Amino acid sequence: MHPVRYFKPWRMWRHHDVEKTYDVVIVGGGAHGLAMAYELAKRGVKKVAVLEKSYIGAGGSGRNTTIVRANYRTPEGVAFYKEALRLYEQLAQELDYNLLFSQQGHLTLAHAERAVNVAHERAEVNRLLGVDSRVIYPDEIGRLCPVLDLSDRPAFPIMAALYHPPGGVIRHDAVVWAYARQADRMGVHIHQDTEVTGVVVEDGRVAGVRTSRGDISTRVVVSAVAGWTSEVARMAGVRVPIVTHPLQAFVTEPLKPFLHVILVSATLHVYVSQTDRGEVLIGSEIEPYSSYSQASTLNFLEVTAKHALELLPMLGRVKMMRAWGGLCDVTPDYSPIMGLTDVDGFLLDGGWGTYGFKATPIVGVTMADLIHTGRVPDLIAPFAVSRFWERRLVSEIAAAAVSH
Amino acid sequence: MTFLITCPNCGPREALEFSYGGEITRRAGPGSSSAELTGYLFFRENANGWQTEWWLHRDGCRMWFLAERHTFTNEIRRTYPPGSEPPVDAQAPEGAA
Repeated sequence: MHPVRYFKPWRMWRHHDVEKTYDVVIVGGGAHGLAMAYELAKRGVKKVAVLEKSYIGAGGSGRNTTIVRANYRTPEGVAFYKEALRLYEQLAQELDYNLLFSQQGHLTLAHAERAVNVAHERAEVNRLLGVDSRVIYPDEIGRLCPVLDLSDRPAFPIMAALYHPPGGVIRHDAVVWAYARQADRMGVHIHQDTEVTGVVVEDGRVAGVRTSRGDISTRVVVSAVAGWTSEVARMAGVRVPIVTHPLQAFVTEPLKPFLHVILVSATLHVYVSQTDRGEVLIGSEIEPYSSYSQASTLNFLEVTAKHALELLPMLGRVKMMRAWGGLCDVTPDYSPIMGLTDVDGFLLDGGWGTYGFKATPIVGVTMADLIHTGRVPDLIAPFAVSRFWERRLVSEIAAAAVSH
Repeated sequence: MTFLITCPNCGPREALEFSYGGEITRRAGPGSSSAELTGYLFFRENANGWQTEWWLHRDGCRMWFLAERHTFTNEIRRTYPPGSEPPVDAQAPEGAA
């Protein structure tokens, strides 16, 4: 018996037989794919299928560290994530589901003069585009986060921080489930345990997909598979400038609430937040080699714990409870790849690196607009894969990753 | 990064001693078109399976060498210096053109 069917009374989305034809097939049942499906259904697109090789939210959607923010560096990036943040603020109401959104504020710590300069640059770009960000100094940092070690004891003392008050955390699984429930209610078919094994292209145009549960004919296929984007794009014969890197995180045992902001340090390659359950969630930069393995490693725990203690020495005797890894599809300019490709009807939503979850609602809206109207929305026009052929890169490396 | 890499000079060492140099690429030579240069600069196979790639023994002999690694299991089946003959049983990376 199908496990989803077993818990019948509590089911938030239904099981369907795979039909022979759909108007739109979305590959990947994560937050992005489900958000697109929901927005397409809202626009009146009748037959939409979301194909997930595992269970929904099994990939990056269930493995990210739930941070939402808009304090990017490029005007293209800031405008895009600003809209994502605005939609997140009203998402619980839109989807009728408690998403536990906590806009507690986001601090990007600067431990060097160069980092202070980057913080100023980001603050200026943000404010020009209407995003609340400013540079603050140790006295104010200390008031926001008294547990932070602001002394000159660490090798790299904290000099300043980029403070982004609307940044926060939102429950990642709830976002996935809320989108799935609403999409299902509006007639979207969510197919779990359904792996796409091929994309059928005839005369430069998408004709269908082959899956582990039979062939489907469709004119539109969207790849929303994060770390596996290269593989799905290859099925359609589309080349992508992507390398897949693992990213790891861990949580400690639960503590009383003591950390009321999100801390990020590019110098220490670490970021820290406290979850609603009290666990201290600590993440790191991407692993320095490419891999499709989601296993966690001891080396990561050692290095990341050591760096976290530079910021928060009071965590010294706290036990690590759980660790995990996920896959990031990293692009050369640390900006996503969204929109049309050379294959008519094959759309990309990938290259999300470490910043996919925070873009979810605006990805749903813009990709659904693109599919529904055939016109590329202004917000995502800079992120087309063609930017690499035209040398119009959108360099977000200074603001997108903790490693830079 | 918890696997071993066999340096052609120094033998098996922890992967932490090495720096990753990415999958092998075919350099766009003189007279290449802009598109060929762009492909060489940015576009990658990113195989989920066996991949031939560059590693530097950073904390050892500082040699750049080639390794055939499975990108899902991180198993390394062969390492060899650049310029040496590729192994007879070498398979092209999965999905490679």
